[in-house]
Amino acid sequence: MDSSRALYADPGLPDRIFRGVARGGGGLVLAVMLLVGGFLLYRAWPAIDRARWSFLTTEAWEPDAGNFGIAAVMVGTILIALVAIVVAVPLALCGALYISEYARPGIRATLISVVDLMAAVPSVVYGLWGLFFFEGAILPTARWIATYLGWFPPLGVVGVDPTDPLSTETVYTSSTFIAGIVVGFMVAPIICSVMREVFSQAPAGEREGAYALGATRWGMIRTVVLPFGKGGMIGGTMLGLGRALGETIAVYLIISPVFVIQWHVIQSGTSSVSSLIALRYGEASPFGMSALMAAGLALFVVTLIVNFAASSIAARSRSGAASDA
Amino acid sequence: MTASPSDTIPLPPVDSPAPGTAAELEARSVSAWFGDHKVLDRVSLTMPAGRVTALIGPSGCGKSTFLRILNRMHELIPSAALAGEVLLGGQDIYAPERRLTDARKQIGMVFQKPNPFPAMSVYENVTAGLKLTGVRLGRDAKDELVEHCLTKAGLWNEVRDRLRQPGGALSGGQQQRLCIARSLAVSPRVLLMDEPCSALDPTSTRRVEETIKELAGEVTVVIVTHNMQQAARVSDRCAFFLAEQGTPGGIVEHGITSAMFTNPADPRTADYVNGRFG
Repeated sequence: MDSSRALYADPGLPDRIFRGVARGGGGLVLAVMLLVGGFLLYRAWPAIDRARWSFLTTEAWEPDAGNFGIAAVMVGTILIALVAIVVAVPLALCGALYISEYARPGIRATLISVVDLMAAVPSVVYGLWGLFFFEGAILPTARWIATYLGWFPPLGVVGVDPTDPLSTETVYTSSTFIAGIVVGFMVAPIICSVMREVFSQAPAGEREGAYALGATRWGMIRTVVLPFGKGGMIGGTMLGLGRALGETIAVYLIISPVFVIQWHVIQSGTSSVSSLIALRYGEASPFGMSALMAAGLALFVVTLIVNFAASSIAARSRSGAASDA
Repeated sequence: MTASPSDTIPLPPVDSPAPGTAAELEARSVSAWFGDHKVLDRVSLTMPAGRVTALIGPSGCGKSTFLRILNRMHELIPSAALAGEVLLGGQDIYAPERRLTDARKQIGMVFQKPNPFPAMSVYENVTAGLKLTGVRLGRDAKDELVEHCLTKAGLWNEVRDRLRQPGGALSGGQQQRLCIARSLAVSPRVLLMDEPCSALDPTSTRRVEETIKELAGEVTVVIVTHNMQQAARVSDRCAFFLAEQGTPGGIVEHGITSAMFTNPADPRTADYVNGRFG
């Protein structure tokens, strides 16, 4: 008779203990994640049940009057994150390429620690810096953009003529643009770190192959380092996007909240989910609290989607795999 | 206004011969260091145009370092230093006015481990050097070049139907021949090979050796090998490197391959080629 044998290998006690600990750790992470989601859903339910689909389309935030929704705050959140990514990705990419490909070893070590240190600076510090220094410094640029690129609606301002030299500059303060740039500076070091890490793993054999064909350094980077690092570039960007979506305090300090969809990124007034929660949490009635939980749940879901997208893209690229099989 | 012939400024005459023609490579008192450690001591060797020169010797005798000095790959290692001159067709490739990329373009290299660009197709791998050195060709010229180089490398018949597939999907031996084709596409005058068969099976090795023999005449080939039989099979001339205990490497003996294998002048060469050490 020909049947397959049952295979059994005794893992031994240490192996079994280690497996238990590892499995427990992995399970715990998943459990915490589900608990957070479940808790948010449980607490948010009264508000969601009352608002139903209008929760996604209402711009105002007056929960006690029954008139509330995340349309304005979610759009604000996404716009701030987009501005942040537009600022952060080129900055991080150039920084990472310089550190991994051009810097001399001494400078490289210093820059790596400086960038990692920047990633560790609390966001409130970025927020204060943005509020007290950067906002004043960037206003002329914001005005310039509104003046010369204002024909593109999102970059225009409403109600003010930017070409009038006597017009006030307060219309450019506390905007999506400024909050986005500050958040961009905040997430750039993290993106830079991820990108530098994958760039430095580009296989030496392929680098030499490109050089041996007579490539310049930039030619080698284009042929070997960038294709190899594609997954890391996308993954780092998504990681930064996730952080930018959830950023609370830096945004809260800079923006002046409005509860209408504000497409004009240069113009004063915007809002974000997390800053809304921070702003209204103290004064909220029990039902208002439930509404805030619902907003939190929406942000939780959006960040989850972004992160899942990031990890699936990063997993499909070949970063980390050399040409030899 | 149209330009009349008298308006145009004639280009200065090009003094170097046309690319793609084999050139003599000559090393003059080449020494090399990694940090404070001297690995090569005043090595001089002439590698005649259109011939295959094999560099043989035991591990750690500096033959790979010497090979990498011949196309300026040595300086990619941060602590590396060197002395001496390398003359390609009589001109020093380390001269300050010579461009680094130009030297590497004229002196191609095939490495020990096949290193095709894995994300690129077979076709793109062959044309990668053109893109990297800023050579623009029409579609037809490119197709022709790809076929020519792959044929030269003995790979055309195997990949003609899958030119659009990624280069990383080929077998090891095919990848190495793809790397040879890639090097040939920029019309080098010298081709350096650093143990090109050490990662390959015997069949692929034979194909690569056939390729090397066919290339001789069109390019000058310099090959580092651990395999004495391979050196005997493919090379016209041979140089035996040796680094004795604690001393930097150098050439013990060089000359016509057949003479070196049958009638070596130095007893150490005799011991090595007869497999008594190394």
